[in-house]
Amino acid sequence: MSKREPIAEGSEWTFDALETFEREIGKIAADRYRLDTYRNQIEIISADQMMDAYSSVGMPVGYHHWSFGKQFLSTEQRYRKGHIGLAYELVINSDPCIAYLMEENSMTLQALVIAHACFGHNSFFKGNYLFREWTDASAIVNYVLFARDYISECEERHGVDTVETLLDSCHALMNLGVDRFRRPNPISPEEERQRQKEREDHMQQQVNDLWRTIPQKEQIAEEKWPRFPSEPQENLLYFIEKNAPLLEPWEREIVRIVRKIAVYYYPQRQTKIMNEGWATFWHYNLMNDLYDEGLITEGNVLEFLQSHTNVIHQPDYDSPHFSGINPYTLGFAMFSDIRRVCENPTEEDRRFSSGYAGADWLEIVHHAMANYKDESFILQYLTPKVIRDLKLFSILDDDSDSAISVTAIHDDDGYQNVREGLADQHNLSKQEPNIQVWEVSLRGDRSITLHHDQHDRIPLDEEDAKEVLKHLHRLWRFDARLESRRGDKVHRVFHCNDEKVWIDSGEGSQSTETS
Amino acid sequence: MAFLIIDRRQQGKQKSAVNRQRFLKRFRKHIKEAVSDAVNKRSITDMERGEEISIPKKDISEPIFRQGSGGKHHRVLPGNKEFIRGDRIDRPKGGDGGGGGKASNQGEGMDEFVFELNQQEFLDFMFEDLELPNLVRKQLKDSDSYKLVKGGYLREGIPARLNVVQSLKGAKARRIALGGAIRREIKSLEQAFEALDDEDSEEGREISDKLERAQRRLNQIPFLDDFDLRYNNMIQQPTPTTSAVMFCLMDVSGSMTQDIKDLAKRFFVLLHLFLKRHYQKTEVVFIRHHTKADEVDEEEFFYSRETGGTVVSSALELMNTIVRERYPTDSWNIYAAQASDGENWTDDSPKCRDLLVKSLLPLVQYYAYVEISSGKEQELWQTYSEIPEHFPERFAMRVVKEPADIFPVFRDLFERKST
Repeated sequence: MSKREPIAEGSEWTFDALETFEREIGKIAADRYRLDTYRNQIEIISADQMMDAYSSVGMPVGYHHWSFGKQFLSTEQRYRKGHIGLAYELVINSDPCIAYLMEENSMTLQALVIAHACFGHNSFFKGNYLFREWTDASAIVNYVLFARDYISECEERHGVDTVETLLDSCHALMNLGVDRFRRPNPISPEEERQRQKEREDHMQQQVNDLWRTIPQKEQIAEEKWPRFPSEPQENLLYFIEKNAPLLEPWEREIVRIVRKIAVYYYPQRQTKIMNEGWATFWHYNLMNDLYDEGLITEGNVLEFLQSHTNVIHQPDYDSPHFSGINPYTLGFAMFSDIRRVCENPTEEDRRFSSGYAGADWLEIVHHAMANYKDESFILQYLTPKVIRDLKLFSILDDDSDSAISVTAIHDDDGYQNVREGLADQHNLSKQEPNIQVWEVSLRGDRSITLHHDQHDRIPLDEEDAKEVLKHLHRLWRFDARLESRRGDKVHRVFHCNDEKVWIDSGEGSQSTETS
Repeated sequence: MAFLIIDRRQQGKQKSAVNRQRFLKRFRKHIKEAVSDAVNKRSITDMERGEEISIPKKDISEPIFRQGSGGKHHRVLPGNKEFIRGDRIDRPKGGDGGGGGKASNQGEGMDEFVFELNQQEFLDFMFEDLELPNLVRKQLKDSDSYKLVKGGYLREGIPARLNVVQSLKGAKARRIALGGAIRREIKSLEQAFEALDDEDSEEGREISDKLERAQRRLNQIPFLDDFDLRYNNMIQQPTPTTSAVMFCLMDVSGSMTQDIKDLAKRFFVLLHLFLKRHYQKTEVVFIRHHTKADEVDEEEFFYSRETGGTVVSSALELMNTIVRERYPTDSWNIYAAQASDGENWTDDSPKCRDLLVKSLLPLVQYYAYVEISSGKEQELWQTYSEIPEHFPERFAMRVVKEPADIFPVFRDLFERKST
């Protein structure tokens, strides 16, 4: 293959060069690697705009809330003080796929970022099953637009403070706004707008039915009332939206908006390692291909490798810079190792990864990208080599033991344990408390009761739990209770009524009170 | 594949401005406290800049249900160096070993949320809810505030000012005037036509022809013509505005030590800043005195080192003269702030009181006296303390003992009174 002229000289980027890079990288990505992407929309932004984008959680528009202001101020402060650098890019799961590129990136970095975001992340958004099932990339931008307009309309009608308080409460329960075991309907903003009024009336009707207090003809004896809900409900926000007795229709709509946005982020929260790993894996390969074709110079390659090395740096657990496992490092190492196992399998790989050792690597990485999330991906594809390279080890911190014990290291006996441990660590349903709506007293005091099932005896953070319960009470408007259960035994009970929040220990002996 | 590159850099970068304001509003109590502290700590020359504000993290946290410490936690960590399976490690001290997910501990500032308040916001918080008391609107010649009032009609103007009723009235009059002759003609023709015996005769056809032509002419008169149009005329009328003058009276006598002068200056710096910011049209007169009073400019007021004995009344007399010469009370709101250590030439204090009660207080909207002394009340304070009962609205006096008192006293003096 004859070498071609480099696309750009020097470190200053130009719009022409960006366009050429997009085209050339796109060609390799599609022809050689079968990366299927949404159309790209590249936007060049300044540092200030990047900080804006950070604080609206990556959305091009967002409704107004003080917490986004807090996010902005904190980013600004840390950036101005030099504690953090800003990301080179930010990419949105939308169709067309919007990628924000920082203006101060050098030419090399822009090429790297185009490969990373516009082809890596982009193809992940389009291909991964979670994103396909949970989000609708073509609708999200319009939906957040609708949400912002609707909320600012509510602010005009009901006052900024009222809406803010409601949003505070919704945000507190946002993580419980997802049906983990059911697939949602994709968001469709047109329909949202059209049917919103209809829904308001209909919903209020249903709620009124549920809370009917006028005696009905055939009175059922008190003890015969079926429990409501008949099954425990994990989607707390949905439950509130549909059943909270006193919410106004517009309040239900806002609960719904927060819930819909929670759903949109749900796949991202479960694919951090895969998503970053995939994007990093592809920018690494694509940049090397550009060099092989002569489209970038040796100087570019050195600069790219330096950035790449920084991105995938993993501080050790005892380093002051350690802040958990770096998803770029782990993801990149795993995808690269899938390729290695396919191309150059060792004896160990044939034993450990028999399913795909020696197979077509491109086939396998595509399959992994499309059909896994972090937890299952690690369980399936974390190889002994990666465990050894990162020197991963498992510890058990049990409060009934006087010391922390090391349960596995990177040796033959430990691989499986480390794999399972790391997979668990990325399993949202094990990392977040398991809380469900247990019962609502329909014919009594209208109180709502939640159950928390403790996993491995891990309790709730009590201060936060009390605060969240207040928010729940604010939405439900009647007494709220939360039973934290250890197996069959009640360990703690959190109460919130109109005046105060307090905690009872399971036996009901001790109690601490706060107003 | 078609794609798009958009240069967004020229577009607004203040997308977060609203969210930022919401944040500041929500935590105004915290921020106000921090601002007060900062004002007290700053040097005089350094009042106008932003400030780093910190708020306890727990006050601004956004709670969610999350796992607490305790129970069994499994973790996988990178970078094993010496451990083998079965090793036991002592729990790290300090952190309760939960390892739930908080791993970044950069030492300082973990419990504080720190951010930068810019200069604008800082001054906003500093002077929030303050005002000049008893401000009255007064007529002023060189006032540049106008309101627009209707002043008749014009033949030309912009469409937005078109007066429909006047225009149609004019059109109707014109139509009546222009059509009068024709209508008369039509009427006589009709009479002639009816008088005829034979409508089909030569004469009859002639008349109906004429009638038809006259009718056409009448119809050609336009319903609305260009010169019917009338536009509202708006003229500018000067309106009464608030114009105010502030007299700053500062004692620079020998008894005022450097510390006391510093406190007095701090007070006036705040006052000056406040006026500059909130009342653009306000004039400030600086008067400094020892045994003799001088009107000086801002520069000299704050930085000059001249000193001498004490005769407070000299300053009040000078102020009285200036007011009568330059600031007639029918067009000015007059304010005064006096700062002194309270020591005065023995016979002079009653004179001061008389000057105030008889001459000055009837003229001014508000007079604030700030006594800076660490010990007990001084002579001037004792003499002045008879005044408030006669002028409760207009006269206020406060003691400042140390730098930390300045800002609270200042706020207290100019606090917006709810009416």
